[in-house]
Amino acid sequence: MQPILDVQRMTMDFGGLRAVDSVDLQVHPDEIVALIGPNGAGKTTFFNCITGIYVPTAGDIYVLTRNKEKKRINGYKPNKVTELGMARTFQNIRLFPNMTVLENVMIGRHPRTRSWILGAIFRPKSTRQEEQEIIDYSYHLLQKVGLEKYVNELAMNLPYGAQRRLEIARAMATEPVLLLLDEPAAGMNPQETAELKELIQQIRDEEKIAILLIEHDMKLVMNISDVVYVMEYGRLLARGTPEEIKENPQVIKAYLGEDHDA
Amino acid sequence: MSGLKKSLLVSIWFMFLTFPIMVVKVDIIEKTVQWRWKNLILVGLGSFFLSFLWRYLLEKKEKGAKKKEMGQAEMGLIQKIFTVPRYSRPIYLLFLIFILVFPFIFSTYQTNIMISALIYVLLGLGLNIVVGLAGLLDLGYVAFYAVGAYSYALLNYHYGLGFWTVLPIGGFLAAIFGILLGFPVLRLRGDYLAIVTLGFGEIIRLVLENWDEFSFGPSGIANIPRPGLFGIELDVQTATTYIYYLMVIMALITIFVVNRLQNSRLGRAWLALREDEIACQAMGIDKIKTKLTAFALGATWAGFGGVIFAAKTTFINPASFTFLESAIILSIVVLGGMGSIVGVVLAALIMILLPEYLRAFSEYRMLIFGASMVLMMVFRPQGLIANVRRKYLYNAVQSRKTGESR
Amino acid sequence: MDYFLELFFGGLTKGSIYALIALGYTMVYGIIELINFAHGEIYMIGAFTALIVAGVLSFLGFNTVSILILATLIAVVYSSAYGYTVEKIAYKPLRNAPRLSPLISAIGMSIFLQNYVLLAQTSDFLPFPNLIPEFEFMEPYYHIMGSSELVIILTTAVVMVLLTLLIKFTRIGKAMRATAQNKKMAMLVGVNVDRVISMTFVIGSALAAIGGVLIASYVGQINFYIGFIAGIKAFTAAVLGGIGSIPGAVLGALVLGWTESFATGYVSSDYEDVFAFCLLVLILIFRPAGILGRATTQKV
Repeated sequence: MQPILDVQRMTMDFGGLRAVDSVDLQVHPDEIVALIGPNGAGKTTFFNCITGIYVPTAGDIYVLTRNKEKKRINGYKPNKVTELGMARTFQNIRLFPNMTVLENVMIGRHPRTRSWILGAIFRPKSTRQEEQEIIDYSYHLLQKVGLEKYVNELAMNLPYGAQRRLEIARAMATEPVLLLLDEPAAGMNPQETAELKELIQQIRDEEKIAILLIEHDMKLVMNISDVVYVMEYGRLLARGTPEEIKENPQVIKAYLGEDHDA
Repeated sequence: MSGLKKSLLVSIWFMFLTFPIMVVKVDIIEKTVQWRWKNLILVGLGSFFLSFLWRYLLEKKEKGAKKKEMGQAEMGLIQKIFTVPRYSRPIYLLFLIFILVFPFIFSTYQTNIMISALIYVLLGLGLNIVVGLAGLLDLGYVAFYAVGAYSYALLNYHYGLGFWTVLPIGGFLAAIFGILLGFPVLRLRGDYLAIVTLGFGEIIRLVLENWDEFSFGPSGIANIPRPGLFGIELDVQTATTYIYYLMVIMALITIFVVNRLQNSRLGRAWLALREDEIACQAMGIDKIKTKLTAFALGATWAGFGGVIFAAKTTFINPASFTFLESAIILSIVVLGGMGSIVGVVLAALIMILLPEYLRAFSEYRMLIFGASMVLMMVFRPQGLIANVRRKYLYNAVQSRKTGESR
Repeated sequence: MDYFLELFFGGLTKGSIYALIALGYTMVYGIIELINFAHGEIYMIGAFTALIVAGVLSFLGFNTVSILILATLIAVVYSSAYGYTVEKIAYKPLRNAPRLSPLISAIGMSIFLQNYVLLAQTSDFLPFPNLIPEFEFMEPYYHIMGSSELVIILTTAVVMVLLTLLIKFTRIGKAMRATAQNKKMAMLVGVNVDRVISMTFVIGSALAAIGGVLIASYVGQINFYIGFIAGIKAFTAAVLGGIGSIPGAVLGALVLGWTESFATGYVSSDYEDVFAFCLLVLILIFRPAGILGRATTQKV
């Protein structure tokens, strides 16, 4: 099967610093892929490259878009990347703090809706329908992630775990084929992490969205991932199933004494 | 330190600070010095009492912030009157009736003043799209106003085009200018945008002042015709009434449009852009396109305003388009409450009408504008009347599947 | 060639003045990322204070040199006091507000100060006495450069050196650099950030006052509005050089001074201010980080 995301020998330099060094990575449909590695290994930079925030110095990024086209997306703007079918969350939550929970998700509907100036002013039937659909779709997503009771709260007033979930709902509203989660479990308690695990699996199973996540919580990673990639010093150290990774001597060495999350 | 001691120190500090400028006045030619000791006493007493007020308001603001965090913020009286439908509807209705019968009750002179105020309502609401909704600080808004005014004056002078033909053209040209300026600049950080627009505003004014062949320089263009009514010649008084109603209609249309924009997909995108640009782009919002739309829409309204201004005064010159105008329009938006339509309308009327009717006030007008911009930002950043956000009604039916529309 | 040199030194003089004001913008921006719109007014108040002091002293019969020194000193003291007060009133309460708020507050402050001077003094242009003495040894060069130009250029150079020493070697200088790098970190290691910010305003205002006195006695007249244009131009200079960078501000100011001088000398004097604004717009569009500035990437 064709991969949804196909990254080939991608390199990212900042001045003289090589943050990502010739990394290959593939995500196939219905897969949950984890990207792990010590802090500063270049994982978030990798995310920022494939989502268009940085333009990689070298290499190719191919995406199988929503209409099953294979596209090279190097240098695409972040909004274009989202339009093509990749949506992301952020390591340090980036919600719209002064907008309501529902509005946050409604923003996620932006790339899948059309109305603009004239639609806004004259509000024809098509626009009214579109608006209602945005609202319903968003509300439905909130139910899915279990946030419907907060619907009219401001996003900044939400508890931490709920904010992480809201970010996921907002990303899902863009109807991605691939969801990129940057440390979704960071700062969560075990209860919240367990709920998050269920949510991620549910997204994959019910919505048929592939998932690529960066995570430090080894228990979570080993539990839900189909494939695990390990990065260290910007390079790819290993790739394999969770079992293979657990046994990999290089990975053990890299993590020795650092693995306090697991 | 006790409040009294603090205020005493503040008072001494301000007496020292204002001493040379407020007290001493030298006349270099006559070689005399005027000592105005009265001012020193005024400053001393004024700052003594104001410092109490300052500290009181700061404390109150901090308490308010805490309350808001705990979710128990209460609405102020003014806020209530203008936003709770039960109180606001009768007020709006009375106000509308007053506006509609205005030219029949008051003289042509008064009507003219009201037209000016309405032009500022229009400009304030237009700038509100840019600053209030999209959060882009435009300090050269007057440039687009000038584009509108000069397009009417020049197109009429050279080609004899009438008001109704030029009104859309003026708006369109202003929008083009907005896009041309906005396209390269909107990539930049917000505060750079402020400076570039300020620079652009000055460039336009300086060009109009110096390029005599094009704009007739500082002497300006006179005898611009008033708007026509199906080819009927109107006397000054009727023409004024006519422009007045035209302005009322324009203002109502503007209110309608801004309100619609605010509650739309586009309006939400602007709001989100103000909150977090990176997250916005990750949600598929085209940052440049969305900002540019706001910028061009705002410019369009300034263009309309300019055309009407030229038609109303029948004479324009570059002196009407200084940075001061931009500052006045901006302070209308800021005082009214960024994003708040009612607030902006109210602020425009207060700030333009008050100096007209209170002569004592008019001398200190800009001083008060400036001071109130600072005070508003410090104590009431949401403006006179805070923008009340719409609540969305959602359909709680569970049967819909997100997968359906895929 | 003489004409060229005249323009060259004219530009250098102008650039020096811009540099003195631009430093205030760049230092404040470097530390709290605010375009201090009221900075031009601080410079204007410096010039006014100097004018008033010089007027009073000259009626009392002081000689020119002592007037020059006293007027400059008092202007520096007052401008600094104004800068300090403006920060306390208009910016400090807004430390945690959205970015737009302090900017609007700064514009309000600028309008307020302009009208304060307008109402308390006058809206007319006031003649400013030429406080800078004519040097005899400069006489052969008068067709290219006057005494006041020499004094302005030299004063600026000395001030720059002093400022550099201050920032490089003193305690407060180090604290300023630390705060500019990372406010939170600086606070954690015990830097009193509020004091550093106040000091930045004080130093910037003092430099602006020196600029104000020099330009007023060079041009020979002042009014309440001089701060506005000078402020924008100095800001242009700061952006041109790369805002936040001190050598950048000086370089930008000189480039701007020369651009204006040569453009008015060889092209047209009607559009003097237009050149500056066009330069500003162009630089922001094509090299927003400025000549010496580095492009900053936003952290995600």
